[in-house]
Amino acid sequence: MNPFAAILVRDMRLAVRVGGGALMGAFFFLIVITMTPFAVGPDLALLARIGPAILWLGALLASLLTLDRLFATDHDDGSLDLLMMGDIPLELTVAAKALAHWLTTGLPLVVIAPLLGLMLNVDMHALGWLTLTLAAGTPALTFTGLIGAALSVALRRGGLLLAVLVLPLTVPVLIFGVAAANAAIAGPAPFGPAFTILCALSLASLVLGPIAATAALRHGLE
Amino acid sequence: MNLGSHADFIVAAYAVTLFVVAALIAWVLLDYSTQRRILEDLEERGVTRRSGRKG
Amino acid sequence: MAVIDFANPTRFLRIVDRVMPWLIAATVALFAIGLYRAINAPDDYQQGATVKIMFLHVPAAWLGMFGWALMSVAALGTLVWRHPLADVSGKAAAPIGAAFTFICLVTGSLWGRPTWGTYWVWDARLTSMLVLLLLYLGVLALYWTAEEPGRGARAAAILSLVGAVNLPIIKFSVDWWNTLHQPASVFRIGGSTIDPSLLTPLLIMAVAFTLLFVTLHLAAMRNEILRRRVRSMRLLRAREAHA
Repeated sequence: MNPFAAILVRDMRLAVRVGGGALMGAFFFLIVITMTPFAVGPDLALLARIGPAILWLGALLASLLTLDRLFATDHDDGSLDLLMMGDIPLELTVAAKALAHWLTTGLPLVVIAPLLGLMLNVDMHALGWLTLTLAAGTPALTFTGLIGAALSVALRRGGLLLAVLVLPLTVPVLIFGVAAANAAIAGPAPFGPAFTILCALSLASLVLGPIAATAALRHGLE
Repeated sequence: MNLGSHADFIVAAYAVTLFVVAALIAWVLLDYSTQRRILEDLEERGVTRRSGRKG
Repeated sequence: MAVIDFANPTRFLRIVDRVMPWLIAATVALFAIGLYRAINAPDDYQQGATVKIMFLHVPAAWLGMFGWALMSVAALGTLVWRHPLADVSGKAAAPIGAAFTFICLVTGSLWGRPTWGTYWVWDARLTSMLVLLLLYLGVLALYWTAEEPGRGARAAAILSLVGAVNLPIIKFSVDWWNTLHQPASVFRIGGSTIDPSLLTPLLIMAVAFTLLFVTLHLAAMRNEILRRRVRSMRLLRAREAHA
């Protein structure tokens, strides 16, 4: 098995096994969506209007809160140092970990999104498109959040520092994700342009995220 | 000087700017005197920099 | 005198000490001229006297962005060329750039109330500036939470570069988002279409504010160098006490 796949499988096994990190994000997503009508009121028309936005915010927060563990657990038991000394470029190692994170945390969010969309009375025809925007956008959230995770592990501060660093950087993803979702429902703009840009953001983050995160790890932990 | 009907906003804008700029200047000046004081205190007690000893 | 001369902190401090009085004098002079011109500037036919807020708001916006650009260049100096004063420059620039961004937001809000009717609108420019302020706060958080100055500086340098790449993207996305939700009244702050009687005071104030930025920045760099000296002297003393 090549090193990239080895790290990928390792991280996925850890996420599924230890403390339910994999499903925790999905649970949090569910809870946030459930809380929303308590705050906003049960008016179905209103919920339908803000549904895509709430789903996207929930996915963003769920991704963010689970990114904490991406490097922290490895740093605590010393395996991060071993990974940094590995044969393959650190960028690939970091990318493998990020991919594992998305597969175990982001993908469950995408899977339960249609169900949660129903709870928010989102237009049935648009549920598929909405899920598609989440599928295309959650990698961007993971790979951008990677940078914050690397910066905060180097400084041994997790949690809120990570959120403060990452949230401004995810603004474009949020904007285009919700724009695409709304366009599928009834928006003024067509679905295509917003969705294409969302995909572009994801693809760009696949490259830039690991590079920046690697720099953060190297410079921060030397 | 006639600032028109919205004079309050204009004055408020200039006041806020003045306040923030004054705070920046104060921060720089206070920090400077603090660091100088500590450095003089350390030198008095005979602590010198490595480059200071070579000289 | 070559650029490399600025790499020596002691020599840098001497240069700053010599240059500082001149910078302060130039800053005060330009503010005197600029404020005089601003006070006597004609009223805008649409906005009346509130256009005088522009003389604060626009330079603050420029300097907020300039501050981040300065931090990004300093970041390259830190990470790529390992220039000794690069991280000092970046750390000194962050609070000043953040302060100007804050001024931009508040004066923009106060300008918006009489002209747009509300204190806050999700205008593309204001929103982009707000996100810029959040990024500044992130960098400042990195400096404050770092236990070792070197580590914090390198982390902040990386975030400065990531932010520099992201700022055009954020700007573009906010523009896009703003055109999807058209504001009720579309107000265009004139670019090159500003009348000379307003443009000249604006440019003078912009130069004055820029000189203020440079003066504060050099002074803050001086403070940071002194702070690091204090730290290394204390560490040295602690080590010797245990020798």
